[in-house]
Amino acid sequence: MTEYYQAEDLDRFGDVGRHNPALFKKFMEWYTSALEPGMLTKREKVLIGVGVAHVIQCPYCIDAYTKSCLEEGMSLEHITEAVHVASAIRGGASLIHAVQAHNAVDRNSI
Amino acid sequence: MKFSERITAEQAGPLKALGSKILQVNVGYRCNMSCKHCHVHGGPDRREIMDEVTAERVLQVLSNNPFETLDLTGGAPELNPSFRSLVSGARKAGRHVIVRTNLTILFEKGMEDIPEFYRDNAVELIASLPYYLGETVDRVRGSGVYRKSIDALRRLNSLGYGTAASALRLGLVYNPQGMFLAPSQCALEAAYRKELAERFGIAFNRLYTITNMPIGRFKEFLTRTNSLANYQEKLSAAFNPATLDGVMCRHLVSVGWDGRLFDCDFNQVLGITTSPGVPRHIKEFDYHALAERTIAVDDHCYGCTAGQGSS
Repeated sequence: MTEYYQAEDLDRFGDVGRHNPALFKKFMEWYTSALEPGMLTKREKVLIGVGVAHVIQCPYCIDAYTKSCLEEGMSLEHITEAVHVASAIRGGASLIHAVQAHNAVDRNSI
Repeated sequence: MKFSERITAEQAGPLKALGSKILQVNVGYRCNMSCKHCHVHGGPDRREIMDEVTAERVLQVLSNNPFETLDLTGGAPELNPSFRSLVSGARKAGRHVIVRTNLTILFEKGMEDIPEFYRDNAVELIASLPYYLGETVDRVRGSGVYRKSIDALRRLNSLGYGTAASALRLGLVYNPQGMFLAPSQCALEAAYRKELAERFGIAFNRLYTITNMPIGRFKEFLTRTNSLANYQEKLSAAFNPATLDGVMCRHLVSVGWDGRLFDCDFNQVLGITTSPGVPRHIKEFDYHALAERTIAVDDHCYGCTAGQGSS
């Protein structure tokens, strides 16, 4: 399986635009704008990024956003806290679905 | 593009000194520590150390020329036997003195009174503290170093260093713990200030953020991890012409432990002496020839011009 994820492939992201440059250009503009400092600082945005990267389990994103966190002066302590926040929300999102199970039990029980 | 070509393209000529107000002196590579990022390969086993005759010549040059500041570095400059006479001699000559200290030296034998010596000579201290959290510092500088550094900073604070009510200046130095550039100096200084104050009640005047030069131990790390070309490319891509007025080589003359003259401490480590036609040893010192000299550059110089610059 490991052959599916090569670090150097991250540098080939632009290849994705080869077969539909217009859509890829739109994505890149959106992506770049979303990451620019606004009401949130760059530091806050890359912390969100590293948390999301772990939840979606994207090795490219984890690599990229971990480096961004370091470049913004953060350490493994900051990254770990962000990953816990994202993971806790993900865990909670699973757990809240237990209510669906409760509902299903109610619907199917006398 | 080579750094020299970049400079020529940027300002239609080579990089020139802008009058030297600082005499920076590396008094030797001996150190009580062996940090992973050290550009001089400092350590307890290093034997390169400035001798007394050269140290006396440094004081003569300082006194006889319009330098405002003596900036002492190493290794751990405190380990040079001439260290105290250099500091007190410079103060007697009316010059400001900066010492770049590793902090842990304060706890070495024979250094018990060094904080008071600093205070009594109004020495400005620029202290290495690569991060405000312990695990990160110990990873770069060795186990237990963070704790000692904190104890040293508290001791210096107790003497008035770094506090608002005192003229005793205390700067801290951050450097990235790997192959990335430093963050915004302003934002990181705020984080240092908050964390060090809340955790330990420590105060300081200013944070300096520096870029790791791809030389010395850091270059070995880059080579070992097959990252040297990537890092060089990162520095080159981050070239910022706005940094050119402030790069240190334009404002100082660097003296090596053996008396040779350089444009900066990094060139010293690489053996790149001052350009042809200007003095290359303190024995032949000529202030005016050096004050407007052409700076000797190479591709490591991208480290000082990347992003916000390396102060």
